[in-house]
Amino acid sequence: MTKFVKGNEAVVMGALYAGCELYFGYPITPASEIAHGAAKWFPMLGRTFVQAECETASVNMMFGAAGAGKLSMTATSGPGFSLMQEGLSYLAGAELPSVVVNINRAGPGLGNVYPEQSDYTPAVKGGGHGSYQTFTLAPASAQEMFDLTIKAFEMSAKWRTPAVVYADGLQGQMMETVTLPDEDPAIPDFSDWAAQGEAKTRENLVKSIYLDAAQQAEFNRHLQEKYAAMAADAMGEAYLADDAELLIVGYGISGRIARTTAETLRKEGIKAGVFRPITLNPFPREQLASVAKGRKIMTIELDAGQFADDVRLNLAKAGLGAEAAGVKMVNRMGGEVVSVDEAVAAAKEMM
Amino acid sequence: MATIEQKGMYAKFPRSGKNVSFTHYCPGCGHGIINKLIAEACAEMGLQDNTIFVDPVGCGVFTYYYWDASHISAAHGRASAAATGACRARPDAVTIAYQGDGDLGAIGFNNAFQAASRGEKFGCIFVNNSLYGMTGGQMAPTTLAGETTTTSPFGRDTSLTGYPLHVCEVFNQLKAPVYIARVSVADTRRIMQAKQAIRKVFEIQRDKKGYALLEIIAPCPTNFKMDAQKAAEFCINEIEKEFPLGVFRDDTTKAPEESSPVEPSTSPLLAPKTVPLFASCAELFAEKDAIEPAIDDNTFAERRFKFAGYGGQGILSLGLTIAEAARLEKRHTLWFPSYGPEQRGGSANCSVVVSGTPIGSPTVEHPDVLVCMNQPAYERFVGDVREGGIVIVDETVPVKVDPPAGVKLVVWPAIRMAEEFGVPKAANTMMLAALKKLNCTGLSGESLETALVASFKKKPALGEKNRELLKKAEATA
Repeated sequence: MTKFVKGNEAVVMGALYAGCELYFGYPITPASEIAHGAAKWFPMLGRTFVQAECETASVNMMFGAAGAGKLSMTATSGPGFSLMQEGLSYLAGAELPSVVVNINRAGPGLGNVYPEQSDYTPAVKGGGHGSYQTFTLAPASAQEMFDLTIKAFEMSAKWRTPAVVYADGLQGQMMETVTLPDEDPAIPDFSDWAAQGEAKTRENLVKSIYLDAAQQAEFNRHLQEKYAAMAADAMGEAYLADDAELLIVGYGISGRIARTTAETLRKEGIKAGVFRPITLNPFPREQLASVAKGRKIMTIELDAGQFADDVRLNLAKAGLGAEAAGVKMVNRMGGEVVSVDEAVAAAKEMM
Repeated sequence: MATIEQKGMYAKFPRSGKNVSFTHYCPGCGHGIINKLIAEACAEMGLQDNTIFVDPVGCGVFTYYYWDASHISAAHGRASAAATGACRARPDAVTIAYQGDGDLGAIGFNNAFQAASRGEKFGCIFVNNSLYGMTGGQMAPTTLAGETTTTSPFGRDTSLTGYPLHVCEVFNQLKAPVYIARVSVADTRRIMQAKQAIRKVFEIQRDKKGYALLEIIAPCPTNFKMDAQKAAEFCINEIEKEFPLGVFRDDTTKAPEESSPVEPSTSPLLAPKTVPLFASCAELFAEKDAIEPAIDDNTFAERRFKFAGYGGQGILSLGLTIAEAARLEKRHTLWFPSYGPEQRGGSANCSVVVSGTPIGSPTVEHPDVLVCMNQPAYERFVGDVREGGIVIVDETVPVKVDPPAGVKLVVWPAIRMAEEFGVPKAANTMMLAALKKLNCTGLSGESLETALVASFKKKPALGEKNRELLKKAEATA
C-alpha cells in the first residue's frame, strides 16, 4: 500500500510501525508536522502523545519511558536538539533505547527554518557530555524517512543506545510516495533490565552513575566495545561508482543532489559516481573505501565542512590518506541548497 | 534469636557496590528518616513489586541503594519529567519521584510544575532542607532570608536574591493536583505525621487518583553547621515560620466534579472530540483506491514544475494535482512547498518533479513548466525557466520582463474565467485546463482529470463540479 506524504509524516508512520508507544515533543519549525501527526495518530492507536513543556522535558520523559521499558520518541530541530544533548548523554549512559528525530534548520542561534546539515557534529559524534555515541541514520527520501525511522528503533533496541534520525527542513516538508508494510510490529520486551513496576522487574535499576572510578572505567570500556561493534550495521549506497573517476559523496538531501550531479556529468562525458552514507554513525567506512580508492573525491553538503572533515577522517582511517588529502567540497549554508549547476561546475574544475 | 527487619529497605546495600548496612547520609540528616518512612509505606502497603522510584541528583541520588523496588535514576532536575515518562509508559505501576530543593526548586522547577499542572499520575516527594546539601551547602530557592550558606556567606540578601520560594503554595494555584501538603521530620510527633502523609501519597498513586505533592522539611546538620538537635530546632523555630506545615489541598475524598473549581465550558467551539480508535497501523493508514508504486521507465523525459502565486489561489493544490496524476501513471514524483515565514507573507509556491526514474535533486532550479498567478512570482522565477520550457501566466499579470530565449510564454485568463463561471476559488482548476490543453505535463488528460477529482476526496460534489469547470475552461479559452 502506498501513501503520498510529507517526510515528517512518514517519520510518524515509521515510528508507529516500529512499535513506538509514546511520543513526547515540543513543536518547532520545520519539524512540527511530526508532532501534529503524532498528536493525531498515536491516540488513534491507543498510544500516548504528550506535549512537553520544553525539549529538555521531552528527552527526559523519554528517559523515564525507556527506563520503564517502552519505546518512545521525540522530534525537533536544531535549537531543540541542542537542549536535548544532556538527555541524550543520560540515555546513552543508562543504555536506553529511544529515537530522536532532528529536522535540521539553519543555525547557529535562531537562524532560520530552511535546510542545513550543520548539526552534523552533535547528531553524529554525540553532542552531549562524556564518551558516548548515538546510532545515527540519514534518510534521503520520504520512503527512507519511514524505513530508517523503523530501522532507528531496531538499532536503538539492539545496541541499547539512543538513535538519531537526522534529516533536514526540505525533507521534512517534501511529499513523496511511501510504500507501507502489511504487518504491524511485535512490541519488544525489555523486562530483563527495565523498571516496569512489576514483580519480575523489582530488582532492576536504570542509572548512569558509577561513583567509583574503576566501575565507571569498566562501564566506559563496555560502551566503547559496543560502539565499535555497531560498525557491523553501517549502511551506504553507491551509484554509478564502479568506473567512476570522480566520486561525489553526500548524505540526505545532498546525496540526491549528488545523484543528479553525477548523471549530468556523465551526459557531458565525465565519469562521475556517488557514495551516499545512510548511517552516519556507524560511518560506512569500508563501503566508502571500496569505491573511493584512487578516485578524486568531492563532497556536497549544507554546512561549513563538518561532513567533509569526517569523510577525510574515515578515508584516512581506511588507509586512503592520499584520497583524503584530495577531498574537495561544494557547500551552501544559511538555508540555501547546493544547486546541480554549481556542483557540476565544481566537479569540472577538479577534472 | 530472630531479628526484626527494616521493611522495604535492603538489610545491606549491594547496589552501592559495597556490602555495607549503613547509609551515606550524615548523622541527623532528615533524608535518612524520610527514606525509612517511604520504604516502610511502600512495603506495608504491599507495593514493592509495583513501584517505580524516580531518583534525583542531590543527596537523594542513592535512594536506589536502600529501597527494595525498581528505580530509574534521572538527570539533575528532571525527575518529574522522567516520572511523567515512566507513569505514562506504565499506568498500572505506582510512580514516585523523590526530589530536593535544587532538583525541584531551581533547575527542574518548570518540569515539576508542568507535570503537576498536567495532573500526571505520580507522587512527588520534595525534600526541603533550605539549601543544596550534596554540592556543599549553597543557597537554594528555599533558603531563608538572612540564612548563611556557602553562596550567601553574609546571609541571604533578599534585595539581591529575592525571597524563599514556596513550592506548595505555588503549586496550590494549579487545578489538577489532588493532594498538596507540607510536613516535617524534625521531631517524633512530626515524623508520625510525615509517615501518614507519605502513606497518603502512595494510596493516591495506588488508587490512580492523580498528582500528589508532599514537601518535607528536613534538617541538614552538616551544612547548617549545627549538631543534630540544634538542626532539628532550626527546622522547627526558623524554617517552619517561613514554610508553615499543613495540608494545602486534599481532593482525594471528593468526587471529581466537586474538586474542580472551574466550570467546564459549554461553548461548542471548546467541546472535546471523540478519538476514533483503530486496531492496527494497517487499519489506520488503509486507503481506498491505493495507488501502485512507481515503475522505472527510461523513455519518460523528466519534467520539473514550479507553481507560484498568492496564498489562497490554490497554487499548492494545483501542484499536488500534478503529483497525483503522475502517481496514477506510476511515475516517480515529489512535491514540496514554500514553508515557514515565506508562506506567511502572502505568497506561495511549490515545486513538482515528475520522472521515469528515481528522482535525484528535489529542487527545481530550472523548471520546464512555470505557472504564475501573480507578478512577483513571474518576475522571481521567469529567468530560471529551461530553454524549450513554457511559462503560463494569468492574464492579470503585467508581463514587463521577457522570458529567456527559447521559452514559450502563454497568457491565460484563469482568474477571469473562474469569476465568469461564478467560482472565483477555482482559478487553479482553470490553470490546470491550460496545462492540459497545452499538453505540457507529460501526463494524460485523463490522469489530470482523475487527479483533480481525487483532490476533493472529502467533498465529492466539488470534485465533479471542478471536472465540469475544467472542461468548460478548455472549451472557452
